[in-house]
Amino acid sequence: MSKPALLSVRNLSVRFPLKGRDEHGKRKTLLAVDNVSFDIPEGKTLGIVGESGSGKTTAALAVARLVEKEAGQIILDGHDFGALTGDELRIARQNVQIIFQDPYSSLNPRLRAEDIVREPLRHAGQTSRQEQDKIIDELFHAVGLRPEQKRLFPHQFSGGQRQRIGIARALAPRPSIVICDEPVSALDVAVQAQILNLLKSLQKQFNLTYLFISHDLGVIQHMCDEIAVMYMGQVVERANRNSFFKQQKHPYSNALLSAVPSIELHAEHIRRQDISGAPPDLTVPQTGCRFAGRCPLAQKACHLSVPVLLPENASHQAACHLLTD
Amino acid sequence: MATSKKSLQTLAQDRESLALVTARHPALEVFSMFIANRAALVAMVVLMAIILAAIIGPMVYKTDPFEMVWAPFTPPGTEGFILGTDYLGRDLLAGLLHGGRVSITIGLVAALMSVFIGISFGAFAGYYRGYVEEVLMRITEFFQVLPTLLFSMVIVALFGASLQMITIAIGLVSWTAVARITRGEFLRIRELEYVTASRSAGATDLKLIFQVILPNALPPIIVQAALMVGSAILFEAGLAFLGLSDPNVVSWGQIIGSNRLYILDASYTVTVPGLAIFITVLAISLIGDGLNDALNPKLRSR
Repeated sequence: MSKPALLSVRNLSVRFPLKGRDEHGKRKTLLAVDNVSFDIPEGKTLGIVGESGSGKTTAALAVARLVEKEAGQIILDGHDFGALTGDELRIARQNVQIIFQDPYSSLNPRLRAEDIVREPLRHAGQTSRQEQDKIIDELFHAVGLRPEQKRLFPHQFSGGQRQRIGIARALAPRPSIVICDEPVSALDVAVQAQILNLLKSLQKQFNLTYLFISHDLGVIQHMCDEIAVMYMGQVVERANRNSFFKQQKHPYSNALLSAVPSIELHAEHIRRQDISGAPPDLTVPQTGCRFAGRCPLAQKACHLSVPVLLPENASHQAACHLLTD
Repeated sequence: MATSKKSLQTLAQDRESLALVTARHPALEVFSMFIANRAALVAMVVLMAIILAAIIGPMVYKTDPFEMVWAPFTPPGTEGFILGTDYLGRDLLAGLLHGGRVSITIGLVAALMSVFIGISFGAFAGYYRGYVEEVLMRITEFFQVLPTLLFSMVIVALFGASLQMITIAIGLVSWTAVARITRGEFLRIRELEYVTASRSAGATDLKLIFQVILPNALPPIIVQAALMVGSAILFEAGLAFLGLSDPNVVSWGQIIGSNRLYILDASYTVTVPGLAIFITVLAISLIGDGLNDALNPKLRSR
């Protein structure tokens, strides 16, 4: 392999406590993220794609140490970010910043735009007021906001402009990695393109590393170098962009891709594949492949043991029993 | 016509930028919405007049409210007494002005105290959840189920009917509503993304509680606090009517309480302080309503 990854996540699991108890009197829990591993090289973008409730946002928040993980290692820039606690963790969190999905709830309505961007600098406490102002000016310029908009409050901005403030805030503490949690899915299509292009140009300008979460395969294809498909808390397929969009291996990825509307005239050959049935109940331990209940190709073995990502160390892996037989 | 199309576009951009040049603080918008509410504005003026009278009145009108200055039951407007005298021949106008000071001060301080206790309990319960919430909310419920009047009477009876103790007693029985409101707001706001953003920006728990969440949770607390000033004044009047008032100071409730036996013979002795309480509490309620409308513009059309 080439140079070591900037972010390396190993066997990450997140479990949420639920109300109520099971028949053994134990507290019910939901395994939202199950044994997820991935690497992101510096300056690259890893896209996590999956349906609602697949655990992609939870996995990202756990990587940022904003959600408590149950198990797993998070190595960031050679340091064990996953093991930090207390004030060390509080400051180190600045290395992983998030661009949120909803530009309306992600900006504190009581702060001026400049103070929203200033907040991470203030908490780090290493810069003087003048230095902060200079950084804010640079960031406003970089994300395409005018200097006179610094004094305005969030409600005076449009959705796209708000997202630009969110981006400026995420970049302010010079993070090693930026998590983009569906950064454009709440925006108009025309604005989406602007924000995506801004993210791309900022990546080039500041050599940023992105963990990009989306359910929109078009956006993923446009933005990402590497792709991980998540289903019900697990990564079911992992590949680089070209390899993934040329040939998906996992039946779920197939179904996901076939659901993308096409305007091609002779599109019959990419028949849309319905996924019938409901996802499994994650509050009880799963014995087989999580997709087995809905998979059109499922066989007996699929219900009996959990498939792992194979082939090992390959650039294109999928977790499916059908591929190993 | 590429040129005209382009100029149209720049025109639209210019208009957008023009509309956005001034930064309007959210509090300023609340204020302009508040003064647009006529009832609340009038109530504000009335309340200001009452407070001003309570502050300046005793300095200008120097008669001691406890001194027997004339024959008992002198009707209002006779012998130079604008509001007459009570059953001991004490000047009622002096009582009204001095009593206003006491009643309003007790109302304000007791309300402030409830807000302080309520926010402390509600904020920590709503932010930390878990065991902290369990313990704090059980304590809140304990205070909630106590009969308020009885409990405050016990406190005053045990520790003496001084001004401070009466204020503390009123504050102690009325903070639970604030605690519940604060907790509810914290439960809602702590899940919002800007709080997560602040946490990932390196904010400490205390900064998140008091600098990020609390300012956004304040609107309903402010409304509740305003209404609580009114109910604290009423509460004090109730205690004073029952004889549980500081004997060294005069308050509106105390005047009513001490003259209640003569309500049929000299009704003005209780009517005047009663009206004072009524108008003050009504004004405070209207201001509270106005604040509520101004702080929750979405509910205004109901």
